[in-house]
Amino acid sequence: MSVQELEKIFQQKIDQEIKIEPKDWMPDAYRKTLVRQISQHAHSEIIGMLPEGNWITRAPSLKRKAILLAKVQDEAGHGLYLYAATETLGTSREQTLDDLHSGKAKYSSIFNYPTLTWGDIGAIGWLVDGAAILNQVMLCRTSYGPYSRANIRICKEESFHQRQGFDILMVLSQGTPEQKAICQDAINRWWWPSLMMFGPKDGESTHSEQSTIWKIKRKSNDELRQQFVNMIAEQVKILGMTLPDADLKFNPATKNYDFGEIDWNEFWNVVKGNGPCNKQRLETRRKAHADGAWVRAAAEAHSEKRKARAAQKVA
Amino acid sequence: MSSQALINYSLYLADNTLILAQRNAEWCGHGPILEQDIALTNISLDLLGQSRSFYQYAATLINEANPSATPVSEDSLAFRRDVYDFKNILITELPNGDWGNTILRQFFFSAYQFLLYQQMKQSSDATLAAIAEKSLKEVTYHLRWSSEWVIRLGDGTEESHDRMTSAVENLWSFTGEVFEAAPFEKDAVEAGFGIDPASLKSAWLEKVTEIFTEATLAVPPSGWMQTGGKTGKHSEYLGFILAEMQFLQRAYPDASW
Repeated sequence: MSVQELEKIFQQKIDQEIKIEPKDWMPDAYRKTLVRQISQHAHSEIIGMLPEGNWITRAPSLKRKAILLAKVQDEAGHGLYLYAATETLGTSREQTLDDLHSGKAKYSSIFNYPTLTWGDIGAIGWLVDGAAILNQVMLCRTSYGPYSRANIRICKEESFHQRQGFDILMVLSQGTPEQKAICQDAINRWWWPSLMMFGPKDGESTHSEQSTIWKIKRKSNDELRQQFVNMIAEQVKILGMTLPDADLKFNPATKNYDFGEIDWNEFWNVVKGNGPCNKQRLETRRKAHADGAWVRAAAEAHSEKRKARAAQKVA
Repeated sequence: MSSQALINYSLYLADNTLILAQRNAEWCGHGPILEQDIALTNISLDLLGQSRSFYQYAATLINEANPSATPVSEDSLAFRRDVYDFKNILITELPNGDWGNTILRQFFFSAYQFLLYQQMKQSSDATLAAIAEKSLKEVTYHLRWSSEWVIRLGDGTEESHDRMTSAVENLWSFTGEVFEAAPFEKDAVEAGFGIDPASLKSAWLEKVTEIFTEATLAVPPSGWMQTGGKTGKHSEYLGFILAEMQFLQRAYPDASW
């Protein structure tokens, strides 16, 4: 069969909402796009463990400590499903990790912002996980089977994460004057970076058009961003806090919240590596990987020894 | 008397598990392999859960014994006591060191906990017995996991073997304390609900010898053992652990979280 015919069959499947599975024929560019996107998603989970992990040892109560530990552990689990999904596309975890450590692969820029107070743990759950969920709910229906299934599992846990974040802020917002200040400060710092999580404006997003045709993606960046603003603008009222945007206002004509202009200069700067924590995050990951090299080598050596001994016994 | 003995005994069990949970939690996000990062975080979570059960029990007993005093809670016990109040054994507060050192400490501790909870599930105190029974399932896994890693690293590469040998040297003198009964343990034994830790020692050493043999590691002679944690005489490390752990509760004493 010619490539053109294969491509036709492939696109027909997608148009008929039939999932593409690892052994199915797929265009190289589709495979490449998925490897890039899924590994980026996986790296975001793993790097995302760091800013929150910061606060595990300082969580203000035993219950909060247990919840946060469980949450960060969930993220490691999400990373695992996603690395497994990239493996179904023929890219090993080692290779994927090497790309992260060399700086070739990206991860969500949001994790290049620091967690300064306990309020940030609430804000990450509410805003960052909230934004991530919108994207991941969409990705539950993505055309590649293993990625779709990974997202379904992830979404089940993420909604719990968002609730725990909101709950942290809820308690702060009803607490002492200092706690209220911690709450507002965290919202102020995380609001704009959360909006940036949806990526560039529709017209400027490089991969969007093809990804939509392949149904990897089903909603545009701006659509998802608007959905997020509408949701958060309502929820912030329950907290009795404000979002740091003077232009935020409900528009009865569109039934959407209008909002101010994102600082795209900041966005691109952080993407390019100039965010407040880009260097530390990557350095931390590289160090963990390098420090663990002897452990991985030992595990492999031991497993070889075991196999050799078993073989000897059989002989 | 019996109530105070039960309170102290519960606090001891709580402090051991909390401080080790806190140390293990430092690894979260920094483990050598994602799967093992998750495994150690799991152990940390289990230990934290056990500490909460013991603190909650201690808080109930304290509040019953002092009905007119300001009530205490699991959090006030964990976050508002100072170094000399903590009864945890020294080994739990030592810095993590490398992965091998962390694993070995976990193995030593789990081997002890496994024996302890096996006895404690028959305790005359129904709450301690119930916590022990529930926790024993978790500890059985911790012991298996940490044993496997001690073997893997001891009998892995030359480097891993050397690292494990150093870890043994580093930790060995901290393994005796747990078996020396503190006054509150003697009271607990006398009152009939506690376990004499000395009675666990030979079974513990047997387990260590079994795993070390498979790991090609030498079991050191018993030698000098560091003590003090159970009676509040800690290493310098504990103060820093508490400074970090208790920061928010200390900085905002009127807040709830």
